[in-house]
Amino acid sequence: MNDTKPILSVRDLAVRFGEGCDICINGGDAVLDKGHCPYCHSVWALNKVSFDLYPGEILGIVGESGSGKSTLLKALYFDMEITEGEAYISQFKEGKTNIFELSSQQKRHIRNHKMGMVYQNPIMGLRMNFSSSANVAEKLIAAGIRNAGKMTERAKYLLNHVEVPASRIKEEPRNFSGGMQQRVQISKALANNPPILLLDEVTTGLDLSVQARVLDLIKRIHQELGISMVVVSHDLSVIRMMADRTMVMLNGRIIEEGLTDQILEDPIDEYTQILVHSLL
Amino acid sequence: MAYNISNQHYNFAFLDEGAKREIRRSILKAVAIPGYQVPFGSRELPIGRGWGTGGLQITLSIIGKDDCLKVIDQGSDDSVNAVSIRKLVTATTGVETTTDTNAATIIQSRHRVPEEKMRNDQVLVLQVPNPEPLRSVSPKETVSRNLHAEAEYSGIWLRLYEGIVKYGRTVIGADHPVMVSGRYVMNPSPIPRFDNPKLHQAECLYLFGAGREKKIYAVPPYTDVVSLAYEDHPFAIENVKGRSCRLCGATDVYYDEIFDSETNEHYFQCSDSGFCEKRRNGTEVNLS
Amino acid sequence: MAYVAVTGGQEAIEASIKLLKYYRTDGDKNLEIEAIKDKMKLLIDRVMSEAGLYAPTYAALALKQCEGSLEEAVFILRAYRSTLTRNHYSKTMSSVDMRMIRRISAAFKDIPGGQILGPSYDYVHRLLDFGIMDETEEENEKWRNSYEQCHQEEEKYTFPRVSDILREEDLLEEIAEEHREAFDITLNKLPLPAPRSARLQTMARADTGYISGLAYSSLRGFGAVHPTVGELRTGWLSVEVSYVLEEGQDIYVGDILVTEVESFVSASKKKTKEHDEMKVGIGYGCVLGRNETKAISISILDRALRVAGEAPVNDEEFVLLHGDCLEMNGFLSHLKLPHYVTFQSKLDQLRKKKED
Repeated sequence: MNDTKPILSVRDLAVRFGEGCDICINGGDAVLDKGHCPYCHSVWALNKVSFDLYPGEILGIVGESGSGKSTLLKALYFDMEITEGEAYISQFKEGKTNIFELSSQQKRHIRNHKMGMVYQNPIMGLRMNFSSSANVAEKLIAAGIRNAGKMTERAKYLLNHVEVPASRIKEEPRNFSGGMQQRVQISKALANNPPILLLDEVTTGLDLSVQARVLDLIKRIHQELGISMVVVSHDLSVIRMMADRTMVMLNGRIIEEGLTDQILEDPIDEYTQILVHSLL
Repeated sequence: MAYNISNQHYNFAFLDEGAKREIRRSILKAVAIPGYQVPFGSRELPIGRGWGTGGLQITLSIIGKDDCLKVIDQGSDDSVNAVSIRKLVTATTGVETTTDTNAATIIQSRHRVPEEKMRNDQVLVLQVPNPEPLRSVSPKETVSRNLHAEAEYSGIWLRLYEGIVKYGRTVIGADHPVMVSGRYVMNPSPIPRFDNPKLHQAECLYLFGAGREKKIYAVPPYTDVVSLAYEDHPFAIENVKGRSCRLCGATDVYYDEIFDSETNEHYFQCSDSGFCEKRRNGTEVNLS
Repeated sequence: MAYVAVTGGQEAIEASIKLLKYYRTDGDKNLEIEAIKDKMKLLIDRVMSEAGLYAPTYAALALKQCEGSLEEAVFILRAYRSTLTRNHYSKTMSSVDMRMIRRISAAFKDIPGGQILGPSYDYVHRLLDFGIMDETEEENEKWRNSYEQCHQEEEKYTFPRVSDILREEDLLEEIAEEHREAFDITLNKLPLPAPRSARLQTMARADTGYISGLAYSSLRGFGAVHPTVGELRTGWLSVEVSYVLEEGQDIYVGDILVTEVESFVSASKKKTKEHDEMKVGIGYGCVLGRNETKAISISILDRALRVAGEAPVNDEEFVLLHGDCLEMNGFLSHLKLPHYVTFQSKLDQLRKKKED
C-alpha cells in the first residue's frame, strides 16, 4: 500500500486466559509451548499482535483452529476482555484514542457506527425472536432515528441489497436458511455505513454454492461501498478469492504477512508452507 | 399517641419514625431526580407484597393529622383492596377520608389517575408492581441499572418498532413507558394509556411506590413527561369514542365495561366512581 | 330506568372476615397456644426461620390466628417485626460456644466429641402411629417423669468444629478474614452484587421449599456443587447485648436454638509450578430452629454462589430475589386483585387489530 494512513491500527494486542506468571509475561516466545505456559498453565490466545488495515482494502487472516484469528476479531469488537494492547480507528477521534480504554458508551458507539461484525454463528449477531426488519432497525435506533416508516424503508433497502426479498422482512431470521441468515447479518452490520467490516468465518458451514453466493455478495458490496474489511477464514480458497493482503496466524501470533498472491505462491515461513501445501 | 388494633399499640401511621424518615429521604431524592428509581429499605406491612405496600409506605410517611385521604383501586373507592388500605391508614392515623378528588390532599391509587384535574397542593401516590421499564430487555437489575446510567433505551424502542412491524402500530396496553424530563424512561404504573397525558406538566406531585421491588420514584409538578412513540406513529390512547356512562352520562372518560348477567346487555360505566357520584349529585367537577 | 352503582365493598370485606373466624373456631376442642408452642416445635421453627423473628409464643399465636397456614403466619410475624423499634445489634456469637443437642458429621466416622444423634427424624421409620391417636396427658407425663429420672437434664455439649481439624492440617481453602459489620437486609435494599452476609441472611429467611429445591437442582446436575456435610450442629446460643453505659459489661437477653451446617467441597487453587493444589472449600448455612434440610441447602447455595457457572444456582440475582415468602406469595396472590383497567387497555389493542 502507499502512504495513506491506516483506517485501523492494532499494536501489541494480547489476550491471556489465566493468571500469567513472571516467566511467561517476560519470557516471550521461547517460553511458550503452542501459546501455553508450562509453568502457570495460562493460555496466550493472542500474543503481541500488531497490524494495520488500510482504507478500502480487504485484509485476510488465515490460520488453523486455535490460531487466535477469531479471538482477534472478538477482541476488536469488544466481545472479549483483552489483557493488554492498543487499537486506533482513524475515523474515531482522529485515531488518537486507544479504543480499549473507552467507556462502555463510547464502545457501544463504535460497535454501532465504526465497525460492523458478522459472526460465524448467526445467533451471535441476530435477535432470532425479532423480525429481520427489526434486526436491521436496531442499528438505526442506535443512530437516533425515531421514524418507523423511514426505518422500515431503509431496512427494506438494505435487506433487498443482500437479496432478502421484501416479502420476508417481517419474518424472524430463525426461519431462514443459513445463507439468508448470513445475508441478514451483513445488512445489519452495514446499516449505519461503518467504515470497517469484520467477518468471522462467515461462510464456514454453508453449502459450497451458498458460500459462493455470499462471497460474491461481499465482493460486490466492497466494490460499491469501498468499505475496509477484515476477513477471517481457515479456508485458503476464501482468502484467495477475497483478500488483497493476508496475515497468517499460529498460536496467537502473526507469523507471516504480505500480498495474498505472494503468501499463497511463495510462502517464506515454514508453517505457512505446510499450511499452503496441505490446504490448496 | 398509640393506635390500638387487636390489642396492640402502633405508632402514628403504623411505621416507626425511623422508617418514615428514611422513606421521606428517598422520596426527596426521587423528586430531585425525576423518573429515577431510588432504592429504599422497603418495610413489611400487614398487607401483602404486590398489594400496594410501596404506595402505602409513601402514604404512611407523608401523611399528617390534617390530611384528607382518598384511596382508589381501578378508579373505585369501594374496591375491596382500596377499602382494606384505607382501613389500615385510618386505624393508625385517625385521618379524615373522602371519595371526592377535590377534597383530598393525598390520593393513593392503583391503576388509575382520577378524572378531575389535581392541584398543586395535592399528592397522587401510585402503586407500582413493576417499576423497571427495561425488564423486558434484561431480567437483571445489574444490567438495567447500567443501561439507565447510560440512557441506553434502544431495547425499548426496538420492542415498540417490532409491534409496528407485526401489527402496524405499537401494541403496549397499560403501563406504556414515558420519558421524564428528557432523561429517564420510567413505567408510569399500570394506568391506561388514557391517563398517560395527565402526567405531562401536571400541577400536582406524582409519587410512585414499588414495595416488593423496593423502589420509589417521582414526577414533580410541571415536569415534561412524554410517552415513547415514533414520530410517524404518535402515541394513541384507548378509543372511548361513542361511549357514555350509563349512570351519569359522562363522555370522554375511561370506562369499566360491564356485562349485565340478567339483561345480557353490554354497557359502560365511569371507572372513576367518585367522579361519577359527583356528577349524579350535581356537584361541580373540575376537568380543566 | 335508573341504574344503581354497585357498592358494598366494605360490607363484603367485613362479612368475609367474619366467615374466616367461623372457619377458625370450628369444632369443639380449644386450640391452646401452649399446645402449639410445645407440641409443634418444628412447625414453630419453620415459621420463625422464614419470619426472621425468634419468638415461639408469637409464632404459635400467628398459627392459631390463621388456621395453621405457614404462608399467613410468616406474613403476620414479619409485619409484626416491622413495628418493633430496633435499638441493638447483639454481640457476635460463635458456634463453638453452642450448647449442642445434636451434632453429626458425614465426612468423618469419628470426630472429637463423637457423633451425637440428638433428637432427629433421620432414624425413625415413617409409619403412621395410630397408637398415639388417643394418648392422654397423664400417660405422657408419667413417661416423661421416668425418662427424666434416667437422664439428667438434657446434656448440652460444646466441642470444637470439625473444620478446625482440617484447618490445623492446612487442608482448608484460605479465605481472607473480613471484619466488616454485617449488612442488614431488613433495613436496606439488597445490593447487587451482594456481600456474603447479605446472601446468608437472605437465604436464612427464604422459603424453605424454594431453597431446598434450588440446592437439589445443584445435586442433580444443574450446577457442580455436590458436597459432603462436614458438620451439622443444632444447639443453644446465648444472645448478649453490650451495655451502653459501661464498657465491657454485657446484658444477657436469652437463648436461641439454631442449626448450623458446614459443607465440604473440593476446591482447587492454582499454583505457579507443577500441579494445582487441592484444598477443602466450605459452604456455610445457619438458620433459626431445627431446620436441618434448610441449613444444608443454604450451605450448598453459599458455595454455588461463589463459583462461576451457568446453572441457576450460580446466578446471584436468580437465587436471592425469588425466595422471599412475602414477596413471592404476595405477588402471586396479587393476581387475584382486579385488573380490569389494564385488561380493558389490552382489549382495546386487540379490538383495534380486528378493525384494521
